[in-house]
Amino acid sequence: MATLLWGLGALAPALLLALTGLLVLLINAVYPTEDRPTLLAVVSTVGSLASLVAAGALLTGVGGVLSGPEDSVTLYADALVVDGMSLFFSAVFASVTALVVVASYDYLAENPHRAEFYSLTLFAATGMALMASANSLAVAFVALELSSLPSYALVSFLKGNRGSVEAGLKYFLIGALSSAVFVFGISLVYAATGSLLLPAVASGLTEAGAGLAGVAGIGILMVAGGFAFKTASVPFHFWAPEAYEGAPAPVSAFLSSASKAAGFALLFRVFVVGFPLPGADVVASIDWVLLFQILAVATMTLGNFAAATQENVKRMLAYSSIGHAGYALIGLAAWTTADGGAVMGAAMAHLLVYGFMNTGAFLFIALVEHWEVGRTFEDYAGLGARAPMASVAMSVFMFSLAGLPPFGGFFSKYFLFAAAVGAGYWWLAAVGAINSALSLFYYSRVVKALWFDEATTDFELGATPTALYAAVLFAAVATLLLLPGFGPVIETAQAAAAALAP
Amino acid sequence: MILETLIGFTFVAALAVFLSPDEYAGQLAFGLSLLPVVGSLYMWSQFDATGNALVEGGSLAFATQIDWLTVGGYTLQWFVGLDGISLPLIVLSTVLTSLAILSAWTPIDVRQSQFYGLMLFMEANLIGVFSALDFFVWFVFWEAVLVPMYFLIGVWGGPRREYAAIKFFVYTNVASLIMFIGFMALVFNLPVDSFGLPAIAGALRAGELGGFLGLAPDALATVAFAAMFFGFAVKVPVVPVHTWLPDAHVEAPTPASVMLAGVLLKMGTYALLRFNFTMMPDVAQQLAVPIAAIAVLSVIYGAMLALAQQDLKRIVAYSSVSSMGYVILGLVAYTEFGIGGATFQMVAHGLISGLMFMAVGVIYNVTHTRMLGDMSGMADRMPITTGILIAGAFGYMGLPLMAGFAAEFFIFQGSFTSTVLPAAPLFTAAAMFGIVIVAGYLLWAIQRTLFGEFSVETDYEVTRAQFHDTAPLAVLLLCTIALGVAPEVFFGMITDAVVPLLGGGA
Repeated sequence: MATLLWGLGALAPALLLALTGLLVLLINAVYPTEDRPTLLAVVSTVGSLASLVAAGALLTGVGGVLSGPEDSVTLYADALVVDGMSLFFSAVFASVTALVVVASYDYLAENPHRAEFYSLTLFAATGMALMASANSLAVAFVALELSSLPSYALVSFLKGNRGSVEAGLKYFLIGALSSAVFVFGISLVYAATGSLLLPAVASGLTEAGAGLAGVAGIGILMVAGGFAFKTASVPFHFWAPEAYEGAPAPVSAFLSSASKAAGFALLFRVFVVGFPLPGADVVASIDWVLLFQILAVATMTLGNFAAATQENVKRMLAYSSIGHAGYALIGLAAWTTADGGAVMGAAMAHLLVYGFMNTGAFLFIALVEHWEVGRTFEDYAGLGARAPMASVAMSVFMFSLAGLPPFGGFFSKYFLFAAAVGAGYWWLAAVGAINSALSLFYYSRVVKALWFDEATTDFELGATPTALYAAVLFAAVATLLLLPGFGPVIETAQAAAAALAP
Repeated sequence: MILETLIGFTFVAALAVFLSPDEYAGQLAFGLSLLPVVGSLYMWSQFDATGNALVEGGSLAFATQIDWLTVGGYTLQWFVGLDGISLPLIVLSTVLTSLAILSAWTPIDVRQSQFYGLMLFMEANLIGVFSALDFFVWFVFWEAVLVPMYFLIGVWGGPRREYAAIKFFVYTNVASLIMFIGFMALVFNLPVDSFGLPAIAGALRAGELGGFLGLAPDALATVAFAAMFFGFAVKVPVVPVHTWLPDAHVEAPTPASVMLAGVLLKMGTYALLRFNFTMMPDVAQQLAVPIAAIAVLSVIYGAMLALAQQDLKRIVAYSSVSSMGYVILGLVAYTEFGIGGATFQMVAHGLISGLMFMAVGVIYNVTHTRMLGDMSGMADRMPITTGILIAGAFGYMGLPLMAGFAAEFFIFQGSFTSTVLPAAPLFTAAAMFGIVIVAGYLLWAIQRTLFGEFSVETDYEVTRAQFHDTAPLAVLLLCTIALGVAPEVFFGMITDAVVPLLGGGA
């Protein structure tokens, strides 16, 4: 019994999200006809913040479960593992969820299905938290689906909007295909190694599986394909611009920040723990570092070039989000067991910073959509004079995404590229830096539209939606404060990544 | 903690002004900006540093050194402090910001709170640039200065403001990137475990640089020196990477021009002194001839370009190129008077160019033209402004008892007697010829615009400037004369920080 409670305590970040989702459904069941927007929003926010606090407490050892990165807790016959890395990512998911939930309050003002929206969001976040903890390929698949299925519904949440429904359909079809590829890959890996638990898969590859090396290799490739879908990486990225553009803007924020980070959390763990690199004692494996180098370069280049040609701000952000997936892939592309997780830790830290700056940027778009201003760069002209603080926040997000020094994005990118150089992949860092410099072009177009251009039409903004506005400003403050507070972030991330390495 | 207080206060003041209503923004910003002035003057009165911040044996004033984070074996620190080179530039930054804010009251008539908020935001970062002694802290401030200037030009500038703002941003940002890479190439091949500038300078001066990618240490040092020199030279700017400057200056609103010429250009020469000339004196000496050639070219070519202009503001803008050429010449001479004079010239040029830009701005406010051909005889209608403008021009020409004279005298004295620069007298003589051209174009411009019969070809009524327009001019003129009469107020502490540098060079 004590052990069970102990385990549940370690899973608190995920469980709190799930319980809050159920509570929201319960409230809706008790008051089926009455609309209780504030109650639902407050419950959801408190629940996600509680999850954040739990993850933070466990991570810093306050809860007594984890006193250091090496004390990991395994549950359910090792199918789940709670360690520094899963808690780090749980904190990212919980913060993004809280921001999105707060922001949705105003965005859904006219929508009769708020309870469904909040519970779907919370269940998707639960799936993400479980993805970060998955230590078995079966759990990985289930968690992936738990986060994906609510996401499909969320993307098409605006039932009356053709774009939203179409985006949801595309997302669902590609998602289903990717899931099939992923699960088939798992089955091949299982066939070759005889196990679904990641450490057992690793040892299966080292000893017996020589005869089935080819099968295992194809399986690993297919698993990588499944992850490419979830992280919106090339070549499974086609859904992302469509889904992010069609979805309600808070959902775009949620998908492009939290859902993507979840994909990376699982990707990092599965490949580092489960699929050891070819070496003296590994006979059946493929050199996935090379695979991810190709993917990283292709993803960041394609995402950035496509973003540079967009006329629609939301679509530009969608493509730039693909570019950022490319940067995060450096975490695996420059992976060597010798550098003690420096590269992967830096990629994790970048995903944390990205969680705030990208969520903030999409929430700003939600704010602008709320005002019914429009989505193209021209439509954004003159917003700086009409909504100065929100535009300052958006400028912070844009400059931070571009990696300019005063902001958090500069540090996370710098440490990522420096770690890649330190691991010996200086050319990978160079490609990243060039892409980063290119990205300044299209990010600064937004800033230029906000502040320099005069509005072509004389428009008035409606009332400022308080919750959405507060979420945008909070994300901007977080992006700025991550700069002085970057020490603990990168240290925690690198310690967590180092603990993962064999 | 006074430096932190100063930086933090200015950031908070910037936010407060940004959020304030437009009607009071100017007054509020000016009032709040007086506190950093008082703070910097207080630091001056309490200043007790000896030696150079980057050379062993120097002790800093108001230093704070706190570990921040450790990544990849390198410790980043919050590390700030002042020595005799940084203090005068901080005093210059705070004083000039206050005066520039005052001079903005008349010309800035839209989105005032945002304008003044950005000015104060820039001031906070400038104090940071001149006091930071950890590379990362310094680089964050260094790049953060770009952002407000980008907006100041792009939102409140002239007709081609977007082009000028983006050109400014792209030029200086690419330059920073190249400099960043050059500096990182050094740090990663040094046996240091922090980004603290004193530690890096010490290791470099002691010759502890290793090789990289098949490059021998000497070759690596030369490449890194060149990358950093290029990065800073764009900021200064020197010929031939100066082309962003006239565009930025002409399009920028007057107060932004004042800050750009008065302080932002000094970031480049300050960084050249701190990084290139302090950390790698050997390489600087090997490259002395090309650097001196660039310096002389900037002096002469900048002055020739100024001579060819029809726009009063463009004349002042190009004259900055030649004045900053003197600074480079002083640095490369690598003597007490050369480097000391160069540092002194940074302050002197900050005052005088600020004065000139403001005076041109005041005239533009009432005439709405800056073209030499469109006005004449301004002295009749605006006697005080023209008087100050003439005085400023004399300062530029190096009239004795003005700050410009003292600075140029020190520089020429230093470069003439330089032992590290081959053919030093020849370079000095060539640079001194620049003074003749400066006198030529300034006198010619003054003669055509200020004297003669009054006529202005615009529809605007020409009246005297208001008190708050001329007051900052008067303050700057007083400072210029004060520094010219008693250069010792800064020169003593500057030489105190310069002399320790000279021992380490080969």
